[in-house]
Amino acid sequence: MGLIEVGIAGVKAFAVLMMVLNLSAILLWVERKGSALIQDRIGANRANIFGIMPFNLGFINTLIADPLKLLTKEDVVPKGADKFLHFLAPFLAVFPVLVTFAAVPFGDQLVIGDTVINLQVADLDIGILYVLAMSSLAVYGVVLGGWASNSRWALLGGIRGSAQMISYEIAMGLALIGVIMTFGTLDLQAIARAQGHHFFDVIPAWGIIYQPLGFLIFLIAGIAESKRVPFDLPEGESELISGYFTEYSGMKQAAFMLSDFAESVVVAGLATTLFFGAWQVPFLFRDGFHFPGGAIVALPHLVVVVMQILSFTIKVFVLCIFQILVRWTLPRYRYDQVMDLGWKYLLPLALANMLVTGVAIVLLG
Amino acid sequence: MGAILFLVLAVLTIAAALGVILHPNPVKSALFLIVTLFLLAVVFVLLEAHMIAALQIIVYAGAIMVLFVFVIMLLNLGIDDPDRGRRQVVLRGLAWLGGIVLAVELALLVRGGPAGNTAAAPAGYGGALAVAQSLYTDFLLPFELTSILLLVAVVGAVVLAQKQRRPTIS
Repeated sequence: MGLIEVGIAGVKAFAVLMMVLNLSAILLWVERKGSALIQDRIGANRANIFGIMPFNLGFINTLIADPLKLLTKEDVVPKGADKFLHFLAPFLAVFPVLVTFAAVPFGDQLVIGDTVINLQVADLDIGILYVLAMSSLAVYGVVLGGWASNSRWALLGGIRGSAQMISYEIAMGLALIGVIMTFGTLDLQAIARAQGHHFFDVIPAWGIIYQPLGFLIFLIAGIAESKRVPFDLPEGESELISGYFTEYSGMKQAAFMLSDFAESVVVAGLATTLFFGAWQVPFLFRDGFHFPGGAIVALPHLVVVVMQILSFTIKVFVLCIFQILVRWTLPRYRYDQVMDLGWKYLLPLALANMLVTGVAIVLLG
Repeated sequence: MGAILFLVLAVLTIAAALGVILHPNPVKSALFLIVTLFLLAVVFVLLEAHMIAALQIIVYAGAIMVLFVFVIMLLNLGIDDPDRGRRQVVLRGLAWLGGIVLAVELALLVRGGPAGNTAAAPAGYGGALAVAQSLYTDFLLPFELTSILLLVAVVGAVVLAQKQRRPTIS
């Protein structure tokens, strides 16, 4: 590998990491303001820089003020806690979520001269399995955070969290098998490319048209994986204070929160890639727009690539907003309801989806 | 480059494996086992066996070990008492015996195995396609038998976990 290739890989990795982190931070603000809107409050509006800001730039101020507050808070380690694991758990919660996005393609190829840059950090032929592998590791942050804190609330939250995450991982994996069967590949970039054509020249052939039930199961399981309302039993503040991160403060607690938000972004990114045509823009091909009816608008390569990346980002953002809407609309499930939904409804539905997909492939293909 | 990477990985893997059997705290032992399994997956990646690496993490590090950790935490096992009487001594003896047998087997295998065969494997032999093809053709029978074994285990677990319909008369 040449120096240039290493540089390009580094830039891509950095850009994607920054995108996930920044989107998570922006989502935190959207969530605070959005929840206020839904609950008929004003929401975060006090942040100001030494009172010298002439008007309230709520957005930017809160974005700076929130992390500053968290960074400067005291870091408390409870008595009797396992110090090393207590320290390690937030990292274990954040790390798998952040590396998952490496396999998600955010655009097609960028061609500069002779160099072809694949707009994906890691071009893996087992992309989906990599994503599942990393998300299966995310549970350790929760379990260890709960156990190492030496606190009943935290332990209960950790146990709830791990049981819930294992349960919904199965439904999620089985829902993804329908997609894998449809496209016949585990490569996320290949799946993205396969969604580039149109039915009857008008309807983009996105995954959701092949797998509507698969999308529903994936989204529900994804929200459950990110432990958000209506599945926030592991945190359940009315029962467990704040569950597995009860005994965390300052930036470590923020790391757990960040991992939840980043998980939302990852779920949105995967749903976009698998069900909403990834970076595809309807009617946009490599050389420009080809509208039904024959109209062609030629566009330069760079514009096409920028539009693809924008398309991906906008889809991810819309799905993130949707998750926030779900969060502030639905009440929390009871714990047995969460388990019932996962095992008695989503799992058989996902299996049925696999069967129907298989029959359809045999009959149509 | 590959050799150095492998050496570092091998040392780390063995260190983690030693941690599994030497650490007095059961939770930490289980965590060391997770690290060992994860590092083994990385070794598989070095061997270009991507599919096996992913499955190793999903199945062992991500699913089975979560249950191990879960159970150990639920039982709230404390630090293992090193001398718990004769049973402990017998168990240790058996463990040593099993370990020695395995070591001898490994040594015999390495000596008599295809040590001279260092030809490069064909491209893509560790991908999903190649693994699936050998699973569903050459190894179909063992594969299906394994699934029956797992089914039996699932049925057994359901039977054991079922609530008793009637109170038992004693």
